[in-house]
Amino acid sequence: MSHGNSPERLAKDDGGHAHQFDDASQQRNAAILGMWTFLCTEVLFFGAVFVAYTVYRYRYPHAFYLGATRLKFWYGAVNTAVLLCSSLTMALAVHAAAAGRRRSTVRFLIFTMILGVTFLCIKALEYHAEWEDGLVPHYHFNAAQFTAPPGPSQIVPAPDYAANVELFFCFYFIMTGLHALHMVVGIGIMAILVAMALRGRFSARYYTPVEVSGLYWHFVDIVWVFLFPLLYLLIQFD
Amino acid sequence: MSTTLAYPPPSSGAPPRNYLNASYLVRSWLLTRDHKRIAILYLFSVTFFFLIGSAGAVLMRIALMSPNGGFLQTETYNKLFTMHGVMMIFFFLIPAVPASLGNFLVPLMVGARDLAFPRLNLLSWYLFILGGGMVLAAMATGGVDTGWTFYTPYSSVYSNTNVIVTILGVFVAGFSSILTGLNFVVTIHAMRAPGLNWMRLPLFIWSTYATSIIIILGTPVVAITLSLVAIERAFHLGIFDPARGGDPILFQHLFWFYSHPAVYIMVLPAMGVVSEIIAVFSRKRIFGYSAIAFSSVAIAVIGFLVWGHHMFVAGESAYVGVVFSGLSFVVGIPSAVKVFNWTATLYKGSISGQTPMLYALGFIGLFTIGGLTGLFLATLGIDVHVHDTYFVIAHFHYIMVGGTVMAFMGGLHYWWPKMTGRLYPETWGKVSAIIVFLGFNLTFFPQFFLGYLGMPRRYHYYPPEFTALNVMSSAGASILGVGYLLPLCYLLWSLKFGAKAPANPWGAPGLEWKTASPPPTENFDVTPVVTEEAYTFHLDQEAQ
Amino acid sequence: MTNHIVPVKTYLRVFAALMVLLAATIICAKLQFGVHGFAIGTTLAFAIAFIKAVLIVLYFMHVRYSPRIVWIVALAGFFWLGILFALTLCDYLSRSRFEGAFGY
Repeated sequence: MSHGNSPERLAKDDGGHAHQFDDASQQRNAAILGMWTFLCTEVLFFGAVFVAYTVYRYRYPHAFYLGATRLKFWYGAVNTAVLLCSSLTMALAVHAAAAGRRRSTVRFLIFTMILGVTFLCIKALEYHAEWEDGLVPHYHFNAAQFTAPPGPSQIVPAPDYAANVELFFCFYFIMTGLHALHMVVGIGIMAILVAMALRGRFSARYYTPVEVSGLYWHFVDIVWVFLFPLLYLLIQFD
Repeated sequence: MSTTLAYPPPSSGAPPRNYLNASYLVRSWLLTRDHKRIAILYLFSVTFFFLIGSAGAVLMRIALMSPNGGFLQTETYNKLFTMHGVMMIFFFLIPAVPASLGNFLVPLMVGARDLAFPRLNLLSWYLFILGGGMVLAAMATGGVDTGWTFYTPYSSVYSNTNVIVTILGVFVAGFSSILTGLNFVVTIHAMRAPGLNWMRLPLFIWSTYATSIIIILGTPVVAITLSLVAIERAFHLGIFDPARGGDPILFQHLFWFYSHPAVYIMVLPAMGVVSEIIAVFSRKRIFGYSAIAFSSVAIAVIGFLVWGHHMFVAGESAYVGVVFSGLSFVVGIPSAVKVFNWTATLYKGSISGQTPMLYALGFIGLFTIGGLTGLFLATLGIDVHVHDTYFVIAHFHYIMVGGTVMAFMGGLHYWWPKMTGRLYPETWGKVSAIIVFLGFNLTFFPQFFLGYLGMPRRYHYYPPEFTALNVMSSAGASILGVGYLLPLCYLLWSLKFGAKAPANPWGAPGLEWKTASPPPTENFDVTPVVTEEAYTFHLDQEAQ
Repeated sequence: MTNHIVPVKTYLRVFAALMVLLAATIICAKLQFGVHGFAIGTTLAFAIAFIKAVLIVLYFMHVRYSPRIVWIVALAGFFWLGILFALTLCDYLSRSRFEGAFGY
């Protein structure tokens, strides 16, 4: 990304480039490669928790199944749709930026933010409902509602069935919480981009921050695309 | 690589403008974007953390001189080995070569004016200091006694020490490491000088690149894993607590997925330094350039497939143990390839025994011993006997201290003229290198015997029959300490009183030697064009 | 990297495909699959998620029009995650089910 407020950097012919680069094209390539490298780290950051969840789901399939039945499936489904829409609006924002259309860029960025905030609101409603239902580990967990089913139901006979369901909810809150945190950061980045766009910082020749932030936003969407089936889908348990 | 000296001498008698005298304001250092200044900031920081980690080691070795462990209380000893491990691994070994030598050299070696993201580079240093500060604060207010490995459920449930703050400090330092790796990967891919294709890159760049891959792919896993431990502790959850259905072995899988490749983060850059030094001080083209280059990448990749060898006796399935054992044998092969190629480079070379070369030769011998004992540990049956004993400690110290630290010292001396514009006193350099070599072996060779005879690690008392070996080890440690203190003194001395260094005191090829010592802030007036392989020695390229 | 502008129509088509796949995911959740329902349902759900992710990566994130290095970096993260999954599950899946609480 270009640095500083120098006049030659503001939406001019070359778009300007920072001193360490030979030209604007090298700068753009570096920025895109840099963001993809960062997204690599995020794949492994989230991925490790997916692995941990998978191990426990393998061990305590019935407890995890039961936990999933207590999630608000339709909230999750609507949220998935909301995020997919926000990916579309983000892609359109990048498209508008690449075409140098400032107002369209701002408009689509704001739509993306609105959809992101919608996601977070629905999530907040879900969390509230889960608190009411006594599903929050340690702080408000009603273990009595989880009694072990008769007969062998776990890969590993667990000493405390309710504790295994609680483990499911640990992962639910941690994974969705981590995702929500990334959404908040993403919305903050959108706000900064809107401010930059309104000040005329982007042009058809220089819109790298929008492009690179788009990559981040799409990645956060992809995480949710995997989280939704992992946590919410009531795959029939035989 | 034929370019003219990139920085013409000044017409007046004033000292030439370089990155050091560009400005003397404190602000110009603390807000710098110059990769060379950031490298110096890192150099001082890692030295500081090395001294703190060494203090822990000194106290431990004093305590271990007597078998009854009366010098320190058990809790204190546990906190000391934890502090020693955390400081040395996360705040010295992982950043030392990449963040100080690497930050300085990568742009110079690829012919760039700076790294791809200079501000991220500065941010990474601040994060490093922040993380170190958090860990030091945790140490000062009671310490941590879990060991640097933070095994659960002790770390997540039962320990009564400052686990969360320490973990957060390590997390922040990990993020700093990721930013450095990210910067290197993008710079090496996107900003090489014209004509500098992959097979003409210095081997230090290849090994730094491989290191950066490991950093990017591994560090996030340990970051989130330790975060889960902190979350478990803070919010009273049971993620890794067996009493609540959690699995401690799952923690170990996730922890070692990073922490084993982490040892390659520590050793690969050191190997890159050794490749550079061996070639220059044999005045000979490195033997098997592509083998060494690809072996770096091979180590980075295969290094991710072996983590289970830390858990042979922890409770993982015996079948997966066999898989990890076999793969651990395989990972030794690329390292051996390097050792063979370095040795072949020496053959019929014109060898000079200056300080950097002494350290590099020491590396080859000591790394070989460390690596071979790694094969002992990779063997399932033997590991059952020596796991968690001093055999393991000796093994990894041979690699980390006999390997990485020696290479770091060698690289520091080799590039000292370039970084500071001063020559260090050569005789003191040689003397210190020899003291380090002798002190190191006296410290750690007895530990192989101690481990094999059954002395467990992380204990501060032991059966009296182990006393002699422990006393030898402690005596060696005091000699080793002298060997490290000497360079601290004479290198600092040389900053003011050392002879002024020419642009290329070693007569070495390489883009970094084509610019002044110390380099100007912009590195090169004109972007160099590369037309030759990396280690081409010309007759006119004698040492100045 | 050339500045390839993806036409809006492509984005809209990909979006439509994503919504169809979301509908498929929901249907998948509600169906009964018979005896091996767990395995079939899980595989199907993740296959659908995988296709969604691939569409987003290729079109919204422009990887389809990007140079090879971007493909490599994009794939490397998932491949390495695969290593973590594969070898960790190797441990758990090769433990005997009739042993103690943690499989040993």
